[in-house]
Amino acid sequence: MSTDTPPQERETTGNGKAPMLEADHVQLYFPIKQGVLIDRTIGHVHAVDDVSLSLNEGETMGIVGESGCGKSTLARCFVRLLEPTDGAIRYRGQDITHLGRKALDPMRREVQLVFQDPVASLNPRKRVGQIVGTPLRRSGMERGKVEGRVRDLLERVGLNPEHINRFPHEFSGGQRQRIGIARALAMDPQLIVLDEPVSALDVSIQAQVVNLLDDLQDDLGLSYVFIAHDLSVVRHVSDTIAVMYLGKLMELSPARELYTKPIHPYTEALLEAIPIPDPEENSRRERNVLGGEPPNPITPPSGCRFHTRCPHATEVCRVVEPPLAEYGGGHVAACHHPLNVTAAEVAGAVRSPLSPLSAGEEMPSANGASDARARGGAGTQTATAAREADDGGQTA
Amino acid sequence: MAERLLDVDGLQVSFVTEDGVVRAVDGVSFTLDRGEVVAIVGESGSGKSVTAMTLMGLTRGPNSRFGGSARLRDRELVTATEDELQRIRGEEIAMIFQDPISSLSPVHRIGDQIVEQIRAHEKISKAAALDRTVQLMERVGIPRAAERARAYPHEFSGGMRQRAMIAMALSLSPSVLIADEPTTALDVTIQAQILEEIRQLSRESDSGVIFVTHDLGVVADIADRVVVMYSGRVVEQGTLNEIFYDPQHPYTWGLLGSVTRMDREPPHRLPAIPGQPPSLVNAPTGCHFRPRCPHAFDKCGEVPPLESHVSESEDHLDRCWLDVSEKRQRREVEDGRIGLGQGPVAA
Repeated sequence: MSTDTPPQERETTGNGKAPMLEADHVQLYFPIKQGVLIDRTIGHVHAVDDVSLSLNEGETMGIVGESGCGKSTLARCFVRLLEPTDGAIRYRGQDITHLGRKALDPMRREVQLVFQDPVASLNPRKRVGQIVGTPLRRSGMERGKVEGRVRDLLERVGLNPEHINRFPHEFSGGQRQRIGIARALAMDPQLIVLDEPVSALDVSIQAQVVNLLDDLQDDLGLSYVFIAHDLSVVRHVSDTIAVMYLGKLMELSPARELYTKPIHPYTEALLEAIPIPDPEENSRRERNVLGGEPPNPITPPSGCRFHTRCPHATEVCRVVEPPLAEYGGGHVAACHHPLNVTAAEVAGAVRSPLSPLSAGEEMPSANGASDARARGGAGTQTATAAREADDGGQTA
Repeated sequence: MAERLLDVDGLQVSFVTEDGVVRAVDGVSFTLDRGEVVAIVGESGSGKSVTAMTLMGLTRGPNSRFGGSARLRDRELVTATEDELQRIRGEEIAMIFQDPISSLSPVHRIGDQIVEQIRAHEKISKAAALDRTVQLMERVGIPRAAERARAYPHEFSGGMRQRAMIAMALSLSPSVLIADEPTTALDVTIQAQILEEIRQLSRESDSGVIFVTHDLGVVADIADRVVVMYSGRVVEQGTLNEIFYDPQHPYTWGLLGSVTRMDREPPHRLPAIPGQPPSLVNAPTGCHFRPRCPHAFDKCGEVPPLESHVSESEDHLDRCWLDVSEKRQRREVEDGRIGLGQGPVAA
């Protein structure tokens, strides 16, 4: 992680480097089957619906969204535990979307997965040495060498190598997650997909594990895909953050900018929903609590999927699916009424190639933007943004 | 002054296990007045949930041992008979649990479960109880309540289930409401809705709320007073502002330091509290936080008393041997930001 590098150095697009991992219009629908003798497919759960993302070597992509947004399904597509129903996944330029088990083998060594629940993801009957050593033995390492390597790995993740013969239940939650990380590191991976790795841990322990991941990335040059259900922890690890809602990509932004300048109303709602641990600041802050609940992914809403809960939604949102508009600096959002952008930025926005194929042609208009701002509330930040918009309009 | 509802004094709960005696709660004292929200904050194993459950008599069992007292107005809860408790539960104290799916019966309709609770305590007809149930469900924001009362828990979303739990807890207008991590299992946008609901209800009903949580953000959002627990003991308690702006115990500093703030640039490195919480079977002697505390010194081998050390408030209590002026100097890590600090070497 490099929170101190200026944002322009952390751009993810157009710097010539081939992306390490690419999702190209990935779609995964789970069929719903019903029937007594013959299973008939009566519908689909639209888990991931036309999402395009790319991750550069040595960087971290945070993927954020609430339950049912498809973030974990997408992560499982990345490591090919699931096969997308449409679109393509490319690892280092190679299309792995439909590869078979054998052909996936080399990639499986380089890409590892760390799970959310450190209790469920470690076999309770195996000793730590066996758990961490299994991938080593499977890859053909000599028996005598395995133990030494396991000890090194345990030490690397901050565990006592003397505990090699203990069982998972003898460790605390944070330590168990470290075991999961040690297992992932065993194969010298290039990319680790972390599926909510700290959600089950206490706050003070979360920080320990996040710092460990940070150190490992610096020392070993790892790339991470970091899945999270809210915007708090991802901030510390990510270079770019993707916000998903009901199977769609809503916003993609350099990490720092997402917090100061959320463009999509859903991102703003996610930020506002997190209480600030400062009583005065918290009561001063104007919060619009987002009403309602995410709709059913079997029959997702037409147009923009967020329109049923969005305070800024208008007729166009109900009808036309917004394309992902690129606002410069790699900041992309799919909204007809973008927030926190100047009129000049809206005018300069171009349709991003990441846009879903089903998206409409309508780009957000400067008019619509200022409209949305007016409805957005009377916060000081909004007022400044509106003023900037006026200035921008004059110079443009 | 508002009416005192609960007075917990030196409460002790331990469980006899194969590995030894687990001292889950070791001398916890706090009070709850009408109309206030007291947050009990702590991490896994701090004893916050055991404290809450003991007030409801839910930790009783052949291997449980109790000490101290917990009085609801004038009634002693620790030694109350099962019959007395039966009456108190629901009528006087109600509880909202963390996981609504495992605390609701999967084979009974939501409405019937609430009706059953009402009729167990009051002699009213089924129809009247159902009417009240529907009203309650409407009040906690369940749309189409009359229809939804006939649904089963699995037909509800997580947030709606938690609303149903709240409706059930409110059904007998209890004077004390205990919420044990009611939003931990929910998505952030739904959490915001439920918190809003609880805040509004505590204001309207004028009951006292004990809010158990590990999340200091939620505390800042909802509490009037805060009790910080660590390893079975209260390490600090005070008003919301005292805990957030003048915290006295190093563990509180560490907790405050390790939460992320959405409105600020994050620190370069996430401040963590080193080490692990101690085992409750053979906890360290003296201050339980000593092994993880960079500020520990010789005296910490003795258990510090829970008393007020600050001149500003008699009700701001903490369990730490450090001198107040020294604390105030050591706890600041970066411009205004509070954290665990580095200990005397770096200071």
